[in-house]
Amino acid sequence: MSIAGATKAYPNGTTALAPVDLEVRQGDFLTLLGPSGCGKTTLLNLVAGLIAPSAGTLSWWGGDFAGTGGPGRRLGFVFQAPTLMPWARVDANVRLPLDLAGLDRESATRDAGSALALVGLAEFAKHYPRELSGGMQMRVSIARALATAPDLLLMDEPFGALDEFTRQRLDGELAALWAARGLTVVFVTHSIYEAVFLSTRVAVMGPRPGRVIADVAIDEPVPRGDAFRVSVPFAHHCQQLSALVAGAGADAALAGPASAGHPRPPEGGPT
Amino acid sequence: MTPDAAPSRFLRIAAPALIALLLLAAWQGLVVAFDVPTYIVPSPVVVLRTLVADRALLADALAVTLSIALTALAIATVAGTLVALLFVQSRWIEMSLFPYAVLLQVTPIVAIAPLIIIWVKDTRTALVLCAVVVAIFPIIANTTLGLRSVDRGLLDLFRMCRASRWQVLARLRIPSALPYFFGGLRIASGLALIGAVVAEFVAGTGGQGAGLAYQILLAGMQLNIPRLFAALFLIAASGVLLFSATVWLSRAVLSRWHESEMAAPS
Repeated sequence: MSIAGATKAYPNGTTALAPVDLEVRQGDFLTLLGPSGCGKTTLLNLVAGLIAPSAGTLSWWGGDFAGTGGPGRRLGFVFQAPTLMPWARVDANVRLPLDLAGLDRESATRDAGSALALVGLAEFAKHYPRELSGGMQMRVSIARALATAPDLLLMDEPFGALDEFTRQRLDGELAALWAARGLTVVFVTHSIYEAVFLSTRVAVMGPRPGRVIADVAIDEPVPRGDAFRVSVPFAHHCQQLSALVAGAGADAALAGPASAGHPRPPEGGPT
Repeated sequence: MTPDAAPSRFLRIAAPALIALLLLAAWQGLVVAFDVPTYIVPSPVVVLRTLVADRALLADALAVTLSIALTALAIATVAGTLVALLFVQSRWIEMSLFPYAVLLQVTPIVAIAPLIIIWVKDTRTALVLCAVVVAIFPIIANTTLGLRSVDRGLLDLFRMCRASRWQVLARLRIPSALPYFFGGLRIASGLALIGAVVAEFVAGTGGQGAGLAYQILLAGMQLNIPRLFAALFLIAASGVLLFSATVWLSRAVLSRWHESEMAAPS
């Protein structure tokens, strides 16, 4: 998928997004990293087709973007909140995209079941969302996004509202899923640690107007386990990204990644 | 959890029942002690005796009033829901029609009832119509609000899945609206009964097919105060019963997922 010079301006005159050029290759885990208000979510919504670009084009691999949701161009989307239907059981929530696509009952049940098994919640299929913890609800939301076997998985700060321990565990599970299923992911976060741990590439974004200021490759072997979190390359990447984000924020009078969960750059990394 | 946070099921029934017993005992005691004549305030025992003695007459009247109220409630529920569904189709429709729904609500039924009774030949139909006019507004207003109160994220998800208008309505808007709808139904159940009684008062129909309101009117004129009290008691009891039925229905449908109907956390 590629984005060529896409911009978004709102009728009230604010420019949410300056021209952005970005290429997502199959198998990429691309993270959009930056402080609040730098257009990360706007960019993701553009890719999802929820909003239309004011200028510029978005195109799928070898095709026109209008076919979102068509065969072979399936999108999965995970929101900041679990966004589950409270009146439906977990399995009914997971199969919703399949039902909406008009898949027959049997296949929908099968695909939803295997998606739920992927996130380790098979035994909670008949529970209602309110009976699950926040982390489990988020996993249901991920299962719902995976149920259609999407070509592109879009995630908008999915773990931002969770506690640190749950977030780390879900990051680990997501990384494993990505490696095992060969997913292509565009992930939004304001956590530098999360970005480094998960991504093959990080697009650092700056505010006012939102723009991509650097496209950094994280060339570390996958799958990455907990050991990676305390490794020297990890700290090195964190420091590099942190400097980039701070640089972007300085000229917009934003003191670095202040809104992120990790305000301090990691210490002890090689320079 | 503090010890007095969630009263037990037994207490929730026993406490109001105890108050009722105390009030009835005080009533009986005062009437007997001051030797109040029955045509001013009858004692509870006399009212009970009248209830039993006039049971055939009162049961007929109760059946008439209840059937009018229930028919009106059913019509108001169906029609109100349909109007709400129409309203959410477009802001234009709602903008153009909603003021008239409000007009219907704010005009006192006693003022319209004579007209309706003149225009509609069949008295029963006229009475039902009056009760519908009173009961329909909370259904329309609440259901419209509910159909609009949809989680933005879920709406985005449905759009991303390219859901049809019908799918959004059936799978998202209607389930989201249910708690609001039941809130409206709860209010409408009481209003349907009030509407039926008020319309009967205005119509003043006697003979066959006379409802409880007519019995009250008649008993008042004949100074048959015990019967008046008995009829009053029956109207109040029907109202409570109708209300309880809607509460039960709402609980049966929503208890699995909606906060308003969940048991207190233990």
